Amino acid sequence: MSDKINITVKVWRQNQGEEGRFEVYPANDIDTHASFLEMLDIVNEQLTLEGKEPIAFEDDCREGICGCCGSLVNGKTHGSHEQTTLCQLHMRKFEDGETVVIEPFRAKSFRVIKDLIIDRSGLDEIIAEGGYVSVKTGKAPEAAGTPVKKEFAEAAMDAAECIGCGACVAACPNGSAMLFTAAKVSQYALLPQGEFERTQRVKKMVNKMDELGFGNCSNEYECAVACPKGIDVKTIARLNREFIKASFTKG
Amino acid sequence: MVKLDAKIPDGPMAEKWTRHKFNVKLVNPANKRKYKIIVVGTGLAGASAAATMSELGYEVHAFTYADSPRRAHSIAAQGGINAAKNYPNDGDSVHRLFYDTVKGGDFRAREANVHRLAEVSNLIIDHCVAQGIPFAREYGGYLDNRSFGGAQVSRTFYARGQTGQQLLLGAYGALSKEIKSGGVTMYTRSEVVDVVVIDGQARGIIARNLVTGKLTRHTADAVVLATGGYGNVFYLSTNAMNCNASAAWRAYKKGAAFANPCYTQIHPTCIPMTGDYQSKLTLMSESLRNDGRIWVPKDKNEKRAGNLIPEDERDYYLERKYPSFGNLVPRDLASRNAKLVCDAGYGVGPTGHAVYLDFTDSIKRLGKDYIQAKYGNLFEMYNRITDDDPYEMPMMIFPAVHYTMGGLWVDYNLMTSLPGLYAIGEVNFSDHGANRLGASALMQGLADGYFILPNTINDYLASAELAPVEAGHPAMIEAETAAQDKLDRLLAIKGSRTVDDFHRELGNLLWHKCGMGRTEAGLKEALEKIPQLREEFWKNVNVPGSADDLNQALEKANRVADFMEFAELMVRDALHRSESCGGHFREESQTDDGEALRDDENFCYVGAWEFKGVDQEPELHKEALAFEEVKLTQRSYK
Repeated sequence: MSDKINITVKVWRQNQGEEGRFEVYPANDIDTHASFLEMLDIVNEQLTLEGKEPIAFEDDCREGICGCCGSLVNGKTHGSHEQTTLCQLHMRKFEDGETVVIEPFRAKSFRVIKDLIIDRSGLDEIIAEGGYVSVKTGKAPEAAGTPVKKEFAEAAMDAAECIGCGACVAACPNGSAMLFTAAKVSQYALLPQGEFERTQRVKKMVNKMDELGFGNCSNEYECAVACPKGIDVKTIARLNREFIKASFTKG
Repeated sequence: MVKLDAKIPDGPMAEKWTRHKFNVKLVNPANKRKYKIIVVGTGLAGASAAATMSELGYEVHAFTYADSPRRAHSIAAQGGINAAKNYPNDGDSVHRLFYDTVKGGDFRAREANVHRLAEVSNLIIDHCVAQGIPFAREYGGYLDNRSFGGAQVSRTFYARGQTGQQLLLGAYGALSKEIKSGGVTMYTRSEVVDVVVIDGQARGIIARNLVTGKLTRHTADAVVLATGGYGNVFYLSTNAMNCNASAAWRAYKKGAAFANPCYTQIHPTCIPMTGDYQSKLTLMSESLRNDGRIWVPKDKNEKRAGNLIPEDERDYYLERKYPSFGNLVPRDLASRNAKLVCDAGYGVGPTGHAVYLDFTDSIKRLGKDYIQAKYGNLFEMYNRITDDDPYEMPMMIFPAVHYTMGGLWVDYNLMTSLPGLYAIGEVNFSDHGANRLGASALMQGLADGYFILPNTINDYLASAELAPVEAGHPAMIEAETAAQDKLDRLLAIKGSRTVDDFHRELGNLLWHKCGMGRTEAGLKEALEKIPQLREEFWKNVNVPGSADDLNQALEKANRVADFMEFAELMVRDALHRSESCGGHFREESQTDDGEALRDDENFCYVGAWEFKGVDQEPELHKEALAFEEVKLTQRSYK
């Protein structure tokens, strides 16, 4: 059964081209079955009616798969409940009377655009370097001609579940995109379809990551804890192996 | 003046597509780069079309309002994608997939389009496997299949409960490859606010940069809309928050006919509504109906928890009424029957608007591990949202708006009635008739984008007279000015109600008057109320902020303003179609045992509406539907 709680939100507000600051708003009479973003909707309705600008935040599917949402809640990415995106975090996880601090993901390579909205286009640039198999439409052979060992297909799927939200980058003390990049590299390293571009893929993606100012990995494992999809830190070990092998391979 | 010419090729059904590909005009490889094509939307249809046309050599400019093409709502499709591979050796074929889709659509789809869809379905699986999409596999390494509603064969390919995500990331990968190679220019955080028509041809768009608020003019030789469905007109739906009908609606206002807007799909297995704060509804994959059994208590006054109600006091109403398909009846039937039992007072949960979906038997028969491996992520999602454990307690589900079969009218080439404007994926009307079968949306989106449009758009480009057009053309400037005026007007109202408040009221009205059950009186009432609500919206909405900034309230207001107009067309279409078919259930038209009763004599056509002005009645055009291959019969799943 649902209950109502009253909380206070302390939210990062930042206009474009200006410095940011925290603002404090009450969020009263919040149904504990409401999601975190629905709580923000309620605050925004109230701000609008008071003649203030609502809090800008990114969201879309609200079912944990599009990767749009994500903020630091009390200093933790997505509010730090195991394998939960912010849109799937429910208010029953909060206490009546609590003050909740909400900030954008913080990382050197994630510029704040407005309030809680950040620029994550670097992640797209990393993918563009080789996060795919270069097969043009029409070239493919009959699907059944390429069997894939079930355990490899499953492991590839584990890695492919990444939603590109950027929590791993925000959680990393170095602002590294290793887990994000490793997930994509792993998916293709585990599948026969990925074989032909294997060497180039890992080299180019890692180089792009460095070029864009994402930090290095120093094995803190914060990324894997923060990942709402449970991407395994072992993918980073696989990326490292792939990268070392590629360094000794021509082409 | 709209003229509907479906351009269905001659010849036997199974040869039409092959013949057509030979008969269309081609653009020679060296000339392709001289043509610029705008693609709006980067979901399955848009991303696959943009990537493929770029591979062919066209200059492609792609637009998305999201921060990345990977965010499109195709990503949320869970269950799977159909294809006629017949890998399970259970009697499937191109003809059977075609037949099932025409029948599932309750005989309101165009046969030739559906047959082509079934034909290219197998190519999609080949292509997606080659892309490295990690489809589910059997221990021998071969692709696994599962069953979906409306079919008696297992033809659905899947990647856990995230098939849409994996297929979209595949298409996004292909698009990224083309962005990297320079063939596609990508515009993110850019919303298309108008389509520009010059000399009767679609020649460009006006886009709004959502970060700076700046409007920009883009010219092209052809414009492709891949902007998805209009389900969010209902406010609450399983669509993502930003899904909207605006690009399609602007195209309609510029001369593209809008077909069958009353065909909406209410998906049977969603998590029930709980309160007013609710911003969206969450779908639980239809694949759950493979192993879950749907029931309500036999006693209206039942107060015990679901797991404590004994077997003989449960009514497995789908198994009882439809013994041969049971829990796997098509979506429209599953939804309507849930509504019927709840309306009759048998519904469960705090609101009485829910039925049970129970896995107890499957867990007993197959083991918890098996169920967990197959549906683990869905069970987890359910638990997260409701705080109930579906391994112990039957799930509670209720229907929710999910997909829209209606959309912009297109001919066999996927061109709308506005020359040079194409519509692909959910935004067109063509393949699903009055009801879409599960796992067919992904199939259609990718069929249109990878295999159909890239083979038909050349026919127009090679034959149309396309005079050079500059961004400074008076029609471009006029469209930009009109778009700016509308934004300024919205900001100037400064009324006392929020955009969401209006949207919620509109949605609630539609859900009750134009939802799962529709009546003449109810639709007439809605038709009276919508213009009143629209008038109030334009007098009393409160849109904070400015137009020169990132302003989400303004984005929403601009979309809801279009929904306020679109809703009227949807209701008008539902009122005119006094038969029941598929997802459109007119309570006046039902069989003795409460099934949808079609009226083939009077309504065997596509209803395509032509815009005549906001407060004017639109004009109805009819494309007669001929059924050569599949015999028109009363649909039966008993």
